[in-house]
Amino acid sequence: MTQWFSDTFPNVVYQGWTGDTGWWTSIVQTLYMTFWSAIFGGLLGLIFGIGLIITAPNGIAPNKWTFWIFDKVVSIFRAVPFIILLAFIAPFTKLVVGTQIGTTAALVPLALGVFPFYARQIQVALSEVDSGIVEAAQAVGASFWDIVFGVYLREGRSEIARVSTVTLISLIGLTAMAGAIGAGGLGNMAIAYGYNRFATDTTLVATLLVLIFVLVVQLIGDYLAKKLSHK
Amino acid sequence: MSNPIISLNHIDVTFYQKKRTIEAVKDVSIAINRGDVYGIVGYSGAGKSTLVRVINLLQEPTHGSVVVNDETFFQSDKKANKKTRITTNDLRNRRRKIGMIFQHFNLLNERTVTENVAFALKHSDLNAEQKKAKVAELLALVNLSDRAEQYPSQLSGGQKQRVSIARALANDPEILISDEATSALDPKTTNQILSLLKKLNEELGLTIVLITHEMQAVKEIANKVAVMQDGEIIERGSLLEIFAKPTQQLTKEFIETATNIDKAIATISAQPLVKNLHENELFIRLSYVGDTTDEPLIASLFRDFQVTANILYGNVEILQNTPVGSLLVILSGTDDQIKAAISTLADHHVEIEILKGGK
Repeated sequence: MTQWFSDTFPNVVYQGWTGDTGWWTSIVQTLYMTFWSAIFGGLLGLIFGIGLIITAPNGIAPNKWTFWIFDKVVSIFRAVPFIILLAFIAPFTKLVVGTQIGTTAALVPLALGVFPFYARQIQVALSEVDSGIVEAAQAVGASFWDIVFGVYLREGRSEIARVSTVTLISLIGLTAMAGAIGAGGLGNMAIAYGYNRFATDTTLVATLLVLIFVLVVQLIGDYLAKKLSHK
Repeated sequence: MSNPIISLNHIDVTFYQKKRTIEAVKDVSIAINRGDVYGIVGYSGAGKSTLVRVINLLQEPTHGSVVVNDETFFQSDKKANKKTRITTNDLRNRRRKIGMIFQHFNLLNERTVTENVAFALKHSDLNAEQKKAKVAELLALVNLSDRAEQYPSQLSGGQKQRVSIARALANDPEILISDEATSALDPKTTNQILSLLKKLNEELGLTIVLITHEMQAVKEIANKVAVMQDGEIIERGSLLEIFAKPTQQLTKEFIETATNIDKAIATISAQPLVKNLHENELFIRLSYVGDTTDEPLIASLFRDFQVTANILYGNVEILQNTPVGSLLVILSGTDDQIKAAISTLADHHVEIEILKGGK
């Protein structure tokens, strides 16, 4: 079995398990980038998404200018292709994390790359919350924060779980590009050690690992979306 | 006690859209007394919902003043172009004393029945234990104690509306605004909800503002009625006045939907009996309000004038414990007899409308 494996996938074995270019290292790097940029980008996206909903003309705190700013920031960041964003914001990245290369440096562009996408997703998810429910909450004297947390986020939670899944999966896709600034990860493994070296077996295994990763996220997301809905 | 609990004065609500302005409510003044069940009737788009939303400032008026419980919620000074409004914090507190129920219930889908009612108690002074007791008490009031842990999607329309009534009553309001609350319900459920509202009005002294396009609902429980059209109140009065002597065409239409008298007239007019009316016969409609009906008038027509009355259709509504009726009758007798009979009826405040005379 072991013999068969090392015969069929020589390059995979060559990469090793640990070490700078090992499989375990790559898996951890991908997980690390996905996790932290999901936290930061997610938080930022959530704030912008909620901001877009409540400051909209029919929101609970309509404000033309704030809405305009939220809307334009999201649109502009969404318009920049991620691979360009990586390079473009390098000076800012250095300012924030002290370096512009490596796994941690990738967190800044990843978070900034994913947040506008997530903000739009949240905006759509929360716009599904019936305005009548919001009005009913206002009629019983609910406060601003009661409505944000108790109505929008609570009523929209199943949709939020769904769009978070979509976002997380697209974020995994973005981490694959982070190899361009030396962040490592499974994407980098597939390109730098697989494709560029004609090591098809390495590309295949890296792809399979990403696929498993995506599948797990999708399954958990679907389960949560279903579990959280009582509609 | 003498002041109205709700008083809206010269309310204008104008929506400015890109290229046009919509005057949803035009110079409407309305005073609602404590304990009233005030029905506001109109077709959709008449401005009813917009008008009642002004009461708890879910809709801020463009002009006018809003006084609830002797406190000015909102006032605009057209000349000075100045608007004053109570603080957001005060408004939130006041809103808790104005319950509101909606056509589509607007319950929180992701919360159980108990949690929905408890949501309204979030800022109440009660402690956790008291809140729990209050929710249980409210659910008992609307007869839903056995559904406490279910989600709205597991309930029927009538049950959902009862949850929303429980929620609206959570902070012991003095006013309940019902925005087409029975319009999405079947007739049987509608009656259950209406009798619940009636009970709340009678037992808790709750003032109810009921907006609807169903005259039937107003007839069941309101004591006062206003009819709205194109943002204006075109007719108003006590339920009896409106039903007995409507002056506007629209009001008549609404009353017709509750009594079906016009339909009856059309049907009966097509019958041979009326089609081939004899020379000495008269097809008339008698309308009366109140005590008149206690006297055996129809019988006395024959006794005193030898006029026979053939009753083809009758409709009697008991509104506010007063009968309001319409009869479609063929009178037969000589001209003089009939004339005398009619004048006697008129003396007894029966309104007579001659629908067809014999040839």
